[in-house]
Amino acid sequence: MSMWEYANPKLFMGWTRPVLPWSFALAAVCLVVGLIWGFFFTPDDFRQGSTVKIIYLHVPAALMAINAWIMMLVASLIWVVRRHHVSALAARAAAPVGIIFTLIALFTGGVWGQPMWGTYWAWDPRLTSFLILFLFYLGYIALWEAIEDPDTAADLTSVLCMVGSVFAILSRYAVLFWNQGLHQGASLSLDKEENVADVFWFPLLVCIAGFVLLFIALVLMRTRTEIRARRIRALEARARRA
Amino acid sequence: MLRVENLTCARGGVPVLAKVSFAVDPGQALILRGPNGVGKTTLLRTLAGLQPAIAGNVSYPEDEGAYASHADGIKTALSVTENLKFWADVHGADLPDDILDTFDLADLRDRMGGTLSAGQKRRLGLARLGVIGRKVLFLDEPTVSLDAFSVKLFADWLQNTHLAAGGVAVIATHIDLGLAAPELDLTPFKAAEDARGGSDEAFL
Amino acid sequence: MIALLLRDLRLAVRAGGGFGLGLAFFLIVVVLVPFGVGPETAVLSRIAPGILWVASLLAALLSLDRIFALDYEDGSLALLATSPLPLEGAAMIKALAHWITTGLPLTLAAPALGFLLSLAPEAYAYLLISLLIGTPALSMIGTFGAALTVGLRRGGLLLSLLVLPLYVPTLIFGAEAVRRGADGLDPNGALMLMAGITAGSFALLPFATAAVLRINLR
Repeated sequence: MSMWEYANPKLFMGWTRPVLPWSFALAAVCLVVGLIWGFFFTPDDFRQGSTVKIIYLHVPAALMAINAWIMMLVASLIWVVRRHHVSALAARAAAPVGIIFTLIALFTGGVWGQPMWGTYWAWDPRLTSFLILFLFYLGYIALWEAIEDPDTAADLTSVLCMVGSVFAILSRYAVLFWNQGLHQGASLSLDKEENVADVFWFPLLVCIAGFVLLFIALVLMRTRTEIRARRIRALEARARRA
Repeated sequence: MLRVENLTCARGGVPVLAKVSFAVDPGQALILRGPNGVGKTTLLRTLAGLQPAIAGNVSYPEDEGAYASHADGIKTALSVTENLKFWADVHGADLPDDILDTFDLADLRDRMGGTLSAGQKRRLGLARLGVIGRKVLFLDEPTVSLDAFSVKLFADWLQNTHLAAGGVAVIATHIDLGLAAPELDLTPFKAAEDARGGSDEAFL
Repeated sequence: MIALLLRDLRLAVRAGGGFGLGLAFFLIVVVLVPFGVGPETAVLSRIAPGILWVASLLAALLSLDRIFALDYEDGSLALLATSPLPLEGAAMIKALAHWITTGLPLTLAAPALGFLLSLAPEAYAYLLISLLIGTPALSMIGTFGAALTVGLRRGGLLLSLLVLPLYVPTLIFGAEAVRRGADGLDPNGALMLMAGITAGSFALLPFATAAVLRINLR
């Protein structure tokens, strides 16, 4: 059996049903453990004080905001190439989750930025890029909502997602060109030297795992809802013709 | 010249016609019949390549198909001649000298598209077919808003110019064009309620 | 292809609006800005590059929804899709026609409006060059957006929402080039990057536009 068979709506509904509660439960465990560990059992930063702890929400949310878009891009490509309905619906399902993560990243960033930089908002390249990402999500969701025929909507939003991805990357570099910014460098990288200290790093990893699992759980749930909605639509169409 | 085999086509993701098969020889026309909503427009758009077929084959010489419906692409701010000249240029053809006379447009040649009556517009839209030089025509209700005289003009052009030169036409119409052409009733091809190939099928 | 370009230009001239409306909008935005920010020459001269770029971007946006809407309604688009003209070529020609009727007049009018905003004298050349290089990208990106929303009844607002984020890189490089020119810095980097965006848009977006048009014509 090819892996693509799991993308058949009926099979998808079958295997996601047992997976869904587990992913929610795991996400909850990771988030509770990670956040409590991070908030109460790590020392305050010698420069940033206790405000540094917002990192446990800010970094995972920002990471998932970008990853959600990448997942939508991959799902759109799969829809365009192989025309699996579940793929298109998963892209649709991921967009509102991604936009909320973007908003969380922007909001927690503002809360963190105020004591550090003395301002909630600055036209820093990273902040600006996230604002632009927010606009891309907004346009993508609006296009889905505007088109009645689901297959046409899937096709058009897929093309928009692909073109949008190219322009999102262009915007990222344009914004860097435009303003060098206040934001610190990446908090995470594979190069250990540049990372935050281990005491912050481990609870952060747990939080990131929690956000990833939460994203998976939410997208699965929303995709299941989309599939059910399409199914109702199909049954109604059949009933009308009978 | 035109061969259609087991064609299934859909409107809004729902199959409307299934297993349509017919063939039209050079110089022949085919009249499509059937009640409103049976799928005549869908079939013609599928044949013209504007929408993909769910199943089946359509074959006719490449770059010889032309589609015409009630929306005939007339620009209100261009004159009758300019409208025709544009489509001739797009198709890399020359404007035939007698085309305006054939469709009784000679007196209107410099009138703007926007000042034409509905019937005059329709004649201009049909004259486009005589300009682009395509052999396989898919015509959706070509005689809407034409008076009896204009219908005769069009039928004469179709018979004596287009078909006589070896062209082919598939015409959806409710009136009698006076052509000696076979008729195809689409009612028997109506897709079954559970016909395969709809865009929602994977969900059922 | 030439026939389509000539037809679109002729229609734009005859139907009016095309040239006039965008230009008038450009003028009004630029005139309104000093009322909003105050008449100090120093302030105006500082923000002039940005205002001129944003205003020309908005003026270009204004006429986007008409690129395909009329052709879609009267059936020309379906007829073009079945004609020997490749839809990719038609998309590019449509963008070119839009640029000639909006981008080019805006570019030519911009220096006069720069005068109103006391733009630094060194910046005029760069204003002209950056708009000349950048506005074609605005037209091509806008044509893609117009193709996406052509089948929708109230597509205008959605069109702006879809197109504006795509305009960000062009706007940044364009305004940056003028600003650097005004400050006596080297604007060539920004100009080159913007030229890259324009070239890339014209190389790739016609394919996306044609694909989207085919989907919308189904």
